[in-house]
Amino acid sequence: MYRYDEFDHAFVQARVAEFRDQVERRLSGELTEDQFKPLRLMNGVYLQLHAYMLRIAIPYGTLSPRQLRKLAHIARTYDKGYGHFTTRQNLQFHWPKLTDIPQILEELAEVEMHAIQTSGNCIRNVTADHFAGAAADEVADPRPYAEILRQWSSLHPEFSYLPRKFKIAVTGAERDRAAIEVHDIGLHLKKNDKGELGFAVYVGGGLGRTPMVAKKIRDFLPEEDLLSYTTAILRVYNLNGRRDNKYKARIKILVHETGTEELTAAVEKEFAALRESELKLPEADIRAIEAYFAPPRLKARPEGDAVVSEATKTNPGFADWLRRNATTHRHPDYACVTISLKGIGEVPGDASDAQMDAIADLAEQYGNDEIRVSHEQNLILPHVARADLPAIHAALVEIGLATANAGLITDIIACPGLDYCALANARSIPVAQEISRRFGTQARQEEIGDLQIKISGCINACGHHHVGHIGILGVEKKGAELYQVTLGGSAREGSTIGEIIGRGFGPDEITDAVETVVETYLANRESKAETFLDAYRRLGPAPFKEALYGHEAKAA
Amino acid sequence: MKILAANRLTDGETVWLGAGDCWVETIDAAHVARDKAAEERLLATGSEALAANLVLDITLVDVEVADGRILPNRLRERIRAGGPSIHPDLGKQARRVARHAA
Repeated sequence: MYRYDEFDHAFVQARVAEFRDQVERRLSGELTEDQFKPLRLMNGVYLQLHAYMLRIAIPYGTLSPRQLRKLAHIARTYDKGYGHFTTRQNLQFHWPKLTDIPQILEELAEVEMHAIQTSGNCIRNVTADHFAGAAADEVADPRPYAEILRQWSSLHPEFSYLPRKFKIAVTGAERDRAAIEVHDIGLHLKKNDKGELGFAVYVGGGLGRTPMVAKKIRDFLPEEDLLSYTTAILRVYNLNGRRDNKYKARIKILVHETGTEELTAAVEKEFAALRESELKLPEADIRAIEAYFAPPRLKARPEGDAVVSEATKTNPGFADWLRRNATTHRHPDYACVTISLKGIGEVPGDASDAQMDAIADLAEQYGNDEIRVSHEQNLILPHVARADLPAIHAALVEIGLATANAGLITDIIACPGLDYCALANARSIPVAQEISRRFGTQARQEEIGDLQIKISGCINACGHHHVGHIGILGVEKKGAELYQVTLGGSAREGSTIGEIIGRGFGPDEITDAVETVVETYLANRESKAETFLDAYRRLGPAPFKEALYGHEAKAA
Repeated sequence: MKILAANRLTDGETVWLGAGDCWVETIDAAHVARDKAAEERLLATGSEALAANLVLDITLVDVEVADGRILPNRLRERIRAGGPSIHPDLGKQARRVARHAA
């Protein structure tokens, strides 16, 4: 993975020193909260309901064991013994003291981490496919490009005060696991007919108050033009994006109001002026960054088939886990392992300090020293020999992280919601927990098959509810929580925004409503091979509406 | 009826303005304003504390008092007063349990 050079170290150290000084000036009263707030936000420090919150960047979701151990140490020493992995592949601590944060940042800098640009109207942490560099279906590893974008965008003077925040995601496979079509810029790394690398460029996707699927504005952008084209997009947005209304300030609104054709023309014009500038990426520079992401040397482990086959016969729990949580690796003797942070009835995305330490150990012992965070709020060991899978499974059972539910109905994305967040209107996590318990048996989950539930506690949609196959949005109505259900959303290639199915449900009704939706699917699917999403796309909302509200119409 | 909530500058802890213009860590000890004049006094004291950099985000919170207990009207403020509903072992609610157990 990428390693800081001297410049990076000095840069992050300088930022820590600067923030330490700012905190001291705040505590002494030299800075007012109005003066300090934008400064703390630039360093990932929010104020929530019970305490401050520190959001730490995990660039493109890649972590080393040393870094994960440091996060565990911070959880143990400065927080309450756990951390929360987010849909932006970041980690949040929910209880740090302001007085401790400079020290926390100092410790993070020791392992080449920071919290810069995890908030504010700037280019945020660049996200990527969590199976990058490992998946069998990948054209090339997207992370070198994410790293180039990270370096270019860090404290970029022109783009530090954009109209609104800006999120970029990169994938290197046809199968979009990075939700690129719901980002401000989505990049799909691919090869052209000549075998050259480049990107399909999507612009103007996003969730929140006004969900939009991004528009493809370039089918193939040569890799050397990555920064000039991205700069062109940002420049058009920075100049024309709306600053008069926070709710209309994202690039998706600009794309929508300008029209894709006109906006593309503006970007292309800017690009033409920038193309031959210093932003053109020299081949040698790209390859130098790429070298940091060189795949680990994976030894042949042909005994994997026999070991896995034997374990499958003797251990049904292992067989379930293998079926759901192991993904095909480009090396036939290896697999990508999803460590579910969605134990039945547990808090989605939370991991204790002890669990983080144990996962770091596993990554060292079996996983070629790599860990990933998925935007689905799970952790990944991307390079594991199939022969080691039974041992890893056994170790995960020990620490309570062997739930065999990746991609199933209990693998729920949920934002922190009203249990922590000052912006939330309703709780998300308890809803996730109750649904998880309702559908928690292995047989029932597997009978239902692939189904993504995503829950947000407010319209800002950190829980990606718009792109859940079943989306749940918590709102406040007359002082009480109410949950609105959307169906048919998807964040995969060909993303769709879910449709609101009807009136909302109270906290005591929402799990029953989800069950009604699921039972309706099971009763109407053509076969087990037809997933919930496929069935919804074929059937439309009518049977689900009827099942949820039909009795009301009849009663009226 | 209203009380004044804020977060303490140094650690973000939720606090309320209590008797004697002290900031208290439990909602039970908050001072309840029962009329407009009392609300204004709460806000004035809160603004001074804000200016003195003791607290931030001062907000008047609607409450009811039942059986001597102060209960905020909104769920948001009830969660703020207790802690995350998913973690009874964390936040103020945990301390309350610990105190009862002691």
